[in-house]
Amino acid sequence: MASLTLAQAINLALQQEMEADPRVICLGEDVGLNGGVFRITEGLQKRFGPDRVIDTPLAESGIIGTSIGLAMAGMRPVPEIQFEGFMGPAYDQLTNHAARFRTRTRGTITIPMTVRVPVGGGIHAPEFHSDSPEAIYTHNPGLKVVMPSTPYDAKGLLVAAIRDPDPVIFFEPKRVYRSFREEVPEDEYTIPIGKAKMVAEGTDLTVVTWGASVFQCLEALDHLAEDVSVELLDLRTINPMDVDVITRSVEKTGRCVVVQEAPRLCSMASEIAALIQERCFLHLEAPVQRVTGFDTVMPYAKLELDYLPDAKRIGEAIEQCLAY
Amino acid sequence: MPLKTVYKAQIDYLQILDEEGRLDEKLARDTLTDEQVLFLYQQMLTGRCLDEIAFKLQRSGRMHTYPQNKGQEAAALGSGFAMRKGIDFLVPCYRENAALFLHGLPMKNVLIYWAGDERGNIIPEGVQVAPIAVPIGTQMLHATGIAWAYKLRKEDRVVITYFGDGATSEGDFHEAMNFATTFNVPCIFFCQNNHWAISVPREQQTASETVAQKGLAYGAQCIQVDGNDLFAVYKATLVARERARAGGGVTLIEAITYRLGDHTTADDARRYRETEEVEVWKAKDPLIRTRKYLQGKGLWDDARQGAAEEQAKAIVDRVVDEVLNIPAPSPSEFFDHMYSEIPEELRRQRDTMRTSSLGQDPGQMGLGYRQQGSLA
Repeated sequence: MASLTLAQAINLALQQEMEADPRVICLGEDVGLNGGVFRITEGLQKRFGPDRVIDTPLAESGIIGTSIGLAMAGMRPVPEIQFEGFMGPAYDQLTNHAARFRTRTRGTITIPMTVRVPVGGGIHAPEFHSDSPEAIYTHNPGLKVVMPSTPYDAKGLLVAAIRDPDPVIFFEPKRVYRSFREEVPEDEYTIPIGKAKMVAEGTDLTVVTWGASVFQCLEALDHLAEDVSVELLDLRTINPMDVDVITRSVEKTGRCVVVQEAPRLCSMASEIAALIQERCFLHLEAPVQRVTGFDTVMPYAKLELDYLPDAKRIGEAIEQCLAY
Repeated sequence: MPLKTVYKAQIDYLQILDEEGRLDEKLARDTLTDEQVLFLYQQMLTGRCLDEIAFKLQRSGRMHTYPQNKGQEAAALGSGFAMRKGIDFLVPCYRENAALFLHGLPMKNVLIYWAGDERGNIIPEGVQVAPIAVPIGTQMLHATGIAWAYKLRKEDRVVITYFGDGATSEGDFHEAMNFATTFNVPCIFFCQNNHWAISVPREQQTASETVAQKGLAYGAQCIQVDGNDLFAVYKATLVARERARAGGGVTLIEAITYRLGDHTTADDARRYRETEEVEVWKAKDPLIRTRKYLQGKGLWDDARQGAAEEQAKAIVDRVVDEVLNIPAPSPSEFFDHMYSEIPEELRRQRDTMRTSSLGQDPGQMGLGYRQQGSLA
């Protein structure tokens, strides 16, 4: 078993799926010769050739629209959108077409496509390169939305996404791409889409999060008083969400803090808070807390760490929730 | 250093059958036989008849918004007939019904769809057409992707995609042309320039002199044809198809035609276009022209016309009867096909037909708490 970064784990998953299934192709801006701006597709073109690892023109709607056509004709395209900030031009193709073909043809046309997208802030990237739009694509029915936070999960979830008969948006938290290594099996395995992971078990309070925020939450937990027992859930899949795991946990703890990088308004944190008050009302000891990005434009590099929830903000929210 | 020209361009216009039904014999060589023209003329009549009946159904409240194809039958049929049924693939917009029927799409599909039922989008096995595309221009990228898959798998198949003049203002048209030519995929872009995008005339859509020339910038082969001329449309599409099969690249065909009806039944074109203009184009109606041609050859007369119209009406009436008797789908259908497997939350919504959480789950804790005075 090799010790891999999240970036390497994704590369390995792509390599193995392309090896196993000739229908799988990668396409996008700079994904071929250059191996992608984050080097996630490094070496794949050399191995599989320019017909299967394809440098496309610079056009996001074009990348997703042609991927839909490729999928309609029986391929398993894995398009990359270079940064989440550039998904906008592809929004129409994703929501009006990829998401709808199955239902509007009653299952006779399906779009097995995995859209890989680096997501989130924290790496001092240029302006427009650090957003967290997972709620936008979750609000649109018909897409699955995945965001792993560890190398092991990334490999298993990407394999599951590529084999999934429906379109999946696979968000890759860029802050975690190379932040640590983990043992990742060479052998084939999948992690089911729609299942959250219990990162830490606890009895006093539940923290629900996903993506890079998992690590800010872990840091916050380290700074809490010794006798505080917090349960930490990593959703891994945003849609369909593992509501049962959240419900069971909050029924046990009676307190919940949701942490995300995205702005608060109409966000996943809002949805989770609403679900908890509907399903766990009689168990709640405190209002559900949301620790999120601000309802502002994501600031450029110099202020991004003031914007993103950090261990201090998360820790304070946990303490306030416990003291309520 | 002298100034030099680095690019020169021209767009050719092809007409074979003129407005009086006179054929250019030389250009018509190796195009359509009399028998084929007779067959296609019958298809034109059937398509026209469907339009008239669909219009009446909408006006009498038995169908929802419907876009008539009236006036564009030669463009649809000439191009559709040049594509190989069951092999080549059609990616339509919504004004080429006759081409879809030619390739095996049952007429009822179109009526089921416009009557407000997505089940009209269920394409029968083996019929090589995509469902009707309503958002403008987006389908050209799907066509490009499908053609790309054929190329990657080395299949001898060609895709044709249909769109209007308005769609050429959409970014997806340009992205599709650019991808298709860059990767040299076997795709034909067929623009039905019917002069109007709802109320916006072609001149206001683009300053470009022709739509066809837009393809030159992408390295496509481009031609403008008389879109009401069955022969010209057929020939241009056939040439494009063979070019694509030979790996010779992408063709953009601009078929000059006219939308004789309103944009849809929800539109009233009298608000924005002159009667005189419509009258000019009524005289260029492809049905009139094709009939004149057949009459000139002694292949047609009033009696045959009457019989053909009756036959068309019988076909359409039969389909209408069938479609109007189809019961509405069950509401569960809009849940059942969202994903390959229904997620738990959607199952709850489907089974209860509620989104309000209380009451979705009969075993929900606290339900009836106030009444019972204790935890349920």
